[in-house]
Formats: sequence, structure tokens, C-alpha cells
Amino acid sequence: MSPTDQTSDARSAIPDRLQSQLEQRLKSWESLLLLVAIAIFVANSFASPYFLNAWNLSDATFNFTEKAMIAFAMALLIISGEIDLSVAAIIALASTAMGAALQLGAGTPVLILVGLGTGLLCGAFNGFLVTRMGLPSIVVTIGTMSLFRGISYIVLGDKSFQGYPSDFAFFGQGYVFWVISFEIVLFTILAVIYGIVLHKTNFGRAVYAIGNNPTGALFSGIRVARVKFILFLLTGLMAGVAAICLTSRLGSTRPSIAFGWELEVVTMVVLGGVNILGGSGTIPGVVIAAFVMGLVTFGLGLLNVPGIVMSIVIGSLLIGVIALPRLWTMWRQR
Amino acid sequence: MLQRIIRARETLLLGAILVLIALISTRFPGFIAPSNLARVFNDTSPLILLAIGQMIVILTRCIDLSVAANLALTGMVVAMVNLSFPGLPVALIVVLAIALGTAMGMVNGLLVWKLAIPPIVVTLGTMTIFRGIIFLISDGKWVNSHEMSAAFKAFPRAEFLGLPMLSWTAIAAVLLFTVVMTRTTFGRAAYAVGGNPHAATYTGIDVGRTQFWAFTISGALAGLTGYLWVSRYAVAYVDIAGGFELDVVAACVIGGISIAGGIGTIGGALLGALFLGVIKNALPVINISPFWQLAISGAAIIIAVAVNARANCEKGRIILKSAEHAA
Repeated sequence: MSPTDQTSDARSAIPDRLQSQLEQRLKSWESLLLLVAIAIFVANSFASPYFLNAWNLSDATFNFTEKAMIAFAMALLIISGEIDLSVAAIIALASTAMGAALQLGAGTPVLILVGLGTGLLCGAFNGFLVTRMGLPSIVVTIGTMSLFRGISYIVLGDKSFQGYPSDFAFFGQGYVFWVISFEIVLFTILAVIYGIVLHKTNFGRAVYAIGNNPTGALFSGIRVARVKFILFLLTGLMAGVAAICLTSRLGSTRPSIAFGWELEVVTMVVLGGVNILGGSGTIPGVVIAAFVMGLVTFGLGLLNVPGIVMSIVIGSLLIGVIALPRLWTMWRQR
Repeated sequence: MLQRIIRARETLLLGAILVLIALISTRFPGFIAPSNLARVFNDTSPLILLAIGQMIVILTRCIDLSVAANLALTGMVVAMVNLSFPGLPVALIVVLAIALGTAMGMVNGLLVWKLAIPPIVVTLGTMTIFRGIIFLISDGKWVNSHEMSAAFKAFPRAEFLGLPMLSWTAIAAVLLFTVVMTRTTFGRAAYAVGGNPHAATYTGIDVGRTQFWAFTISGALAGLTGYLWVSRYAVAYVDIAGGFELDVVAACVIGGISIAGGIGTIGGALLGALFLGVIKNALPVINISPFWQLAISGAAIIIAVAVNARANCEKGRIILKSAEHAA
């Protein structure tokens, strides 16, 4: 395919002058994105008098924290050259499992375990099909997406689970300190953990190596299948965490919960500068992308723009951030 | 020759569909009545039309997730045109629907061809954009049955030799694209691009241009289906055919079209769509809640892709194991 040709050419080309580190930083995707985030922030505070309010801003973070938790694990998975489109369906299944456990009289600790366990099981199932059976992840996860949500529909039909215990509400509605919610704290901790794992450990190195050249990685002694399996497990686990937060925030479970989130999570990851074909991307980029998407959604919401119109903005953002740099290069080469 | 036919995945799938129909008829004999089977076929026709387009796109190593949104947008536009100009002949409406769908397919194709953006990203984006545009032009309102002209609603129902025009459209598309894919240079090029893009480039095939035309065909079929869908169900609103793109991809995967490109037939897409159509129509008949459908089609996708992968396993000695096949 032509895109891979272009990147391999760029990689093998030797520049006649190296850029300074500062210059590289300034020109990076992350700083461009940060600029966009700041611009949106400023535009929003001019557009609506309600924007610059600590409580409103704190509320706005709920727009993206749950999705971003999944996006961290998804970023690693996409960098390794795979994808998981079943994350939203895992949320639905994990939430349904928690609801079912609730009906059997489970308390909050058990609910947490059920949520995380369901996420891990679903991730293991995806990982098994992809790494053991050697099936393409995009088809497998389109299949499990229907399967997992389908099981939710079989269990719940048009009904819903309600009546979660009051101490369970903390995960989605609780505040740790003043306007700092539990979710934003969890988001920050996870961002730091994933940042360290991807950028500072052998495991992170292996993820990049697999994404750039899986066969090369295998011959240099990396257990490709095992690393990919772990990444699917992590993605499932994060979907479980998100399911706990979302269920706790909404206080009920319907089979249509988190419908369409897989697309927003992938958008967030791609917007964050992760190459959808694998091999490159950073966690700081994903963090900034999460803020950009959260700010856009929140700002437009304050201006009474309906949700579906926001999806036009998100969709254009997704194509635009990839298309514009390429158009720019094409224009400069003329 | 005979052995080749028996071994083909299409034969296996056809067998599976026949067994399925036989099993259903043991519990509900009326299901195999010709009139009922014709009804099932008619009901599956939109899926068949979209699966044909999707098959060509997947063949060239791309994927089109925007087909359902394309269908819904075209459907809404033709419904609103019909609302404003009830006198417009149906032929013109059909041409308009195909043109609109084609234009949207070309947008996808151009982004993939000229800017080399991965197809999954392009069509994820255009999918949400198309849905959003429906809301913008319709203001979230519905176009209902009584607002549509009689001629507008009559076309897909009009019967010819005992079958509605909707079914005939699907049959015509299957025949047309079987010829296109097996007897034209475009068909050859599509298989070559999917099988090995580098080799295709060296033989003088423009990979990007072939992918562009694949998206254009998929868009044209989605546009046509948009009119048929809206006139058949006699309603147009933002969310029609929501999530239908996954059914379309599922039909292709079940039909033995390799997501890695280069492998698949129009017949496979047809059978994959029919398999899903039979299940969908059979569930209420044998008293299983329709809520089971999603899980069943999910399981069918996974089983189908696993079976196909086993069938594609290359025989012979592997000297250097590549990581993609590492167990």
C-alpha cells in the first residue's frame, strides 16, 4: 500500500542537517495539538460566560475521562499494529455482569471484581482469537463487538438493572478534593502509569518494535504473541474500569450503554498522533487529544449545539488532523 | 472440476444455509413455502446490495464503514426532494440517489487515493459526518409515509414475474457485478491490488485509483439502497439503518471474503448476506427473542473467520516463520 511506502522512505532517508531537540519538540504533533487545545479553550471562554467556572470545567472532564482510560490501552494496542473495536461492547457486558451480580446481592467490592473480571475475560477472548488462532483483529473485534453486546441484550432485553448501592456511586460521582473528581484522579494516575510503561520500560520498547516490524521483533527475541495478548488483556481491563465508572455515574445498566464509544476512543487515539498502521505514537499526545475532544464537546454543549452536530466536528477533526499535514507536504513539494 | 466446486467455501456456506432452513422448517414447516422464501430474499435485498459494494472495497484491502450513513443521508435527501416536488418521476429520483451515493463514495475514495489516509479512519470520519448532515438538513424531523407520493413508495413493491422490484434490483446487481469482477480489467485489477499491491504496481495497475473506484461503486450501491430503503419502509429519519455497516461487513466475512484483501467472490457476499437474512427472519418464527440476533451474528462472524483462516492455511514447508502467523 502506498502509505507504508511513504513512511519507509522517510525512515531510510538521511537528513543533511539534524534538527535541534528544541526545534523537534516545537514541531512535534503534541505541541501542535496543545496549541489547538489552548485555542479551543480561549475560544470557549469568549463564546460562553459559563465556561470559566471551576465546577463547570470539572463536570466537563466526565465527557472524556472514561473514554480516555480505554484510549491509553488502545494506544498501545494500535501502536503494536492491532485494534480492538469491541471496547464499548465490553463496557456493556461488564456493566450487565455487575447488574446481575447486584441482583444476587453482591456488595460494592464484589461488583468491582465482577466488572474488572468481565473486562479481563473479554480481553483474553479477543487476545486468544487474535494471537493463538492468528485471525485479523479488526474482524475478530467486529465479531466480539456484536457477541458481547448481544449477550447483554439477551440478558436484559428492553429492561435495565438499577439500585446500585450508595457507596458504589463514589467511582462515577465522588469527589476526592473540592472539584477534583475521583475519575480525573484515576485518569491522571493511569496516564502516568501508561506513559511510564510505554516510554520507559522494555515492554514499551517491545510494543514499538512489534508495530514497526513484527517479524523483525520476533527474530530479535520478543515474544510477539505474548505481548499482543497482554495488550488485549489490558484493553479489556481498561474497558472494565470504564464500565465501573460509567455504571456508577449513570446508576443503571441498559444494553445500549456506551453505544458507539469504540469510534470515539479510536478517534481520540488517532487524534493523539498515534499511527493507525502501528509503530508510532505517544501517551502525552493521547492525553492532550482527550482534552481537545472534551473541550470541543463541552464548549459546543454550552452553546446549545446538539450532540449529533458535535459528531460532525469530531469526524472532521479525525480526517482533518491527518489530511492537513499531508496536504501541507503536498503543497510544499510543488 | 467437481472437486473444486465441492471444496469451495461458497458450497460449504450454501450447505450451511440449506441445513439452517431445513432445521427451521422442522419446527415451522411454513418457512420453506416458496412465497416465504421469496419474502426472506426480498427482506435481505438491501443487505445484498450493500454487501456487493463492501466486497469490492474489502477486496482492494480497504473497508467502508460509511455505507449505512451514506444510505441514510441519500434516503433522507430523496425523501425531502419528493416532499418538495411530489411530481418528480421515480426514474429521476433513482438517478439522483445513485448520483448522491456515488459522490459520497468518491469523497471516501479521493481521501484514500490522494491523501493516503487509512480507509478505516476515512470512513469512520465520513460515517459520523454523513449522519450529522442528515440532522442538519432535516432538523431532526421525520419524513413520514403520508408525506411521500404514491409513485415514490410504489417502485420497490411493484411486482414483476411474481417478485418485487427490490428483489430484482438485488438480482440485477449480483449479475452485473459478477460480470464486472470476473470479466473486466477493473475486476482483475481489484483482485491484483488486494492480492499483492506491490506486484500490482509493477504490472502497471494504479493501486490508489482502483481503490477509488471500489469506494465509488460501494457509494453508488449505498445511494441506490438509500432510496429503496426509505421508500420500502416509507419513513426517513436520522437513525435509519444505524449500525447496519457492521451487518454488511459481517455478511462479507461470513461469505468468505478475506479482510486482508484479494480473496472473495460476489457469490460469497450474496450467500453471506442470505445467511444473516435467514437467521434474522427465522428467529421470530421459531419463537426466539429478537434480542438474540446480535449475539448470533457476532458468533457467526467469529466462526466464519476462524473457518476461513483454517482453509487459507498455506500448505508446504515454512522456513522462516513470520510474526503474523506466530502461534
